[in-house]
Amino acid sequence: MGKSMKKYFPVFVLPTLIAFTIGFIVPFIMGVYLSFCKFTTVTDAKFVGLSNYVKAFTEDGTFLHAFWYTAAFTVMSVLLINVLAFAVAMLLTKKIKGTNIFRTVFFMPNLIGGIILGYVWQLLLNGILMQFNRTLTYSSTYGFWGLVILMCWQQIGYMMIIYIAGIQNIPGDLIEAAKIDGANGKQLLKDVIIPMVMPSITICTFLTLTNSFKLFDQNLALTNGEPSNMSEMLALNIFNTFYGRTGWEGVGQAKAVIFFILVALIAIVQNRLTRSKEVQQ
Amino acid sequence: MTKKLKHSGAWTVLFSILSVAYIFPIALVLINSFKKKAYISRKPFAIPTDKMYVQFQNYINGIEKTKFFEVFGWTLFITVFSVAAILLCTSMCAWYINRVINAATRTIYYMCLFSMVVPFQMVMFTLSKIANMLKLNTPWGLIIIYLGYGAGLAVFMFSGFVKSIPLEIEEAAMIDGCTPIQTFFSVVLPIMKPTCVTVAILETMWIWNDYLLPYLVLDIKKYKTISIAIQYLRGGYGAIDMGAMMGVLVLSIIPIVIFYLCCQKYIIEGVVAGAVKG
Repeated sequence: MGKSMKKYFPVFVLPTLIAFTIGFIVPFIMGVYLSFCKFTTVTDAKFVGLSNYVKAFTEDGTFLHAFWYTAAFTVMSVLLINVLAFAVAMLLTKKIKGTNIFRTVFFMPNLIGGIILGYVWQLLLNGILMQFNRTLTYSSTYGFWGLVILMCWQQIGYMMIIYIAGIQNIPGDLIEAAKIDGANGKQLLKDVIIPMVMPSITICTFLTLTNSFKLFDQNLALTNGEPSNMSEMLALNIFNTFYGRTGWEGVGQAKAVIFFILVALIAIVQNRLTRSKEVQQ
Repeated sequence: MTKKLKHSGAWTVLFSILSVAYIFPIALVLINSFKKKAYISRKPFAIPTDKMYVQFQNYINGIEKTKFFEVFGWTLFITVFSVAAILLCTSMCAWYINRVINAATRTIYYMCLFSMVVPFQMVMFTLSKIANMLKLNTPWGLIIIYLGYGAGLAVFMFSGFVKSIPLEIEEAAMIDGCTPIQTFFSVVLPIMKPTCVTVAILETMWIWNDYLLPYLVLDIKKYKTISIAIQYLRGGYGAIDMGAMMGVLVLSIIPIVIFYLCCQKYIIEGVVAGAVKG
C-alpha cells in the first residue's frame, strides 16, 4: 500500500509542509542565527558572536528581574490553580445539585481572550484598590497578585474539567475495596485517588507551567509592565526589547533563544518527573 | 441519609455564591458600559442611576472608534478559514506520514513535535519579516501563517488517532479500486471526525483570541482583529476612553458566551480529549 501512496506526497503533505516551512522552520533557524548578529531588519545582519547574549544580562537588569518575576509568578499560579482546581473537581464529582451549571460557569473564562480579560480585571482591581488610594500600577506587588488572581480565575475551570475526567475514570470498585479495607478519607485521597489521577496531574501541571511561563496578553493588558518595567514578565520583556528600542533587535533575539531553552527545559524536566510517578493500570 | 442530603445542600449554596462571584467581573463591565465615562473610573461599583446613565452611547462610541463590525468580520474570517485549512491539510498530512514511513516523513513528524515547545517569541521577529517579504500581511496570507504555525499540534493529534485506525479498512478500500485520495475522503476522514472536532475547538480558542501573531503579521492600518482593536483603544487615541472600552468589551464577550452556551458539550469534551492526547 505504501508504494501506490508514495507518489501522492505533493497532494497530502506538500501544502502543510510549505506552510510549516514559512511559518516555523525558516523563522526558527533564522532566529537562532540572528541571535548572534547585530541587525535592524533581517537583511542587514552582521555577525557579532556572543555579545548579544552578554548584553542581555549586563546592559540593564530588566531581563533578570523579569526572569525572577516570571519564576515567582509561575510557581505561585501553578500551585494555586492546581490545588484549587483539584479541590473543586473533587467536590463537583460528588452528588451535588447543579454540578453541570457550576462546571459551565467555571469553564467560561477560558474562551475569552487574554487582552479582554486583562481590561476586565483592570476595572475591577483598580476599583477595589481605589478604596485604599492605590492603583494596580502603584507597585509591582499589586500587578503580581492581580495577575495571579486573573490566571486562577481563567485557568481553574480548564484544569477542573481535566481533573473531573480523571476522577471519573477511577473504577468505582477500587474505591469501594479501599473503603471495605478500612481506609479513611485522607488515606483514600492520598493512596488511591491521587495515584490514579496522576496522568491528569501531569497534564495540568504541564499546561499551567507553560501557560504561566509564556504569559503575554494578560500581562500587556493588565499592567503593561508598569511601574517602569517592574511588573514585566519574560515574554513582554522580549517584546519590548525588540520593538521598544532600535538597534536592540539582536539582544531581543538572544533573549528569545534563552527563553526558548528555558521553556524546553521546563517541559522536559516536568514530563520526566511526573511521568515517573504515574502508576501502571 | 438526611444528614448527607443537608450536607450536599450546603455545598450547592456555597457553589452558587462562588458562581455569582465568578461572573461578577464580567457583570461589572456590563454595568459600567451604561455609565457616563467620567464615572467609570471614579465609581466603578455604583449602579448607573439617572445622572450617570447614558443608554447606549458607550456602545455607539466604541463601535465607531474601533469599526467594531469590520473588525469582528475579519476576526471571524481569519478564524474560520484558518481552522478549516488546518483541519484539511494537517489531517491529510498526518495520515500520509503515518502510512508512508521513511526518513522524510519521520523528520516531519519530529519537527512538528519540536515546534510545540517553541514559544512564539522565539520566531516572532523573523516570522513577521518573512510574512512581509512574501506579502502575506493580509488576512488571506495570515491563514497560511496560521496553518504553518498551528500545524505542529494538529499533526501531532491527528497522528495519535491515525495510529489507532486498523489498516485493513483502508486496504479493503484500495483493493476495491479507490485511489489514496478517494480512500482518505470516503474512509479515513469520516473515522477521524471526533479528532477533527477536538482539533477545531483547540485551534479556534487559540486563533480567535490571539493577539501577538496577527498584530505583528497583519498590515494593521488596513486590517485588525478584535484583540488588536481593543489594545488600540487604549494606546491609539490619547487618553483612554473608558466608556467606549466598556462597550467594546461587552460586545466582544457576548458572541463568545452565546457560542459557548450553544456548543458547550462539544467544547468541554474536546478539551478533555485534547488534554488526554497532549
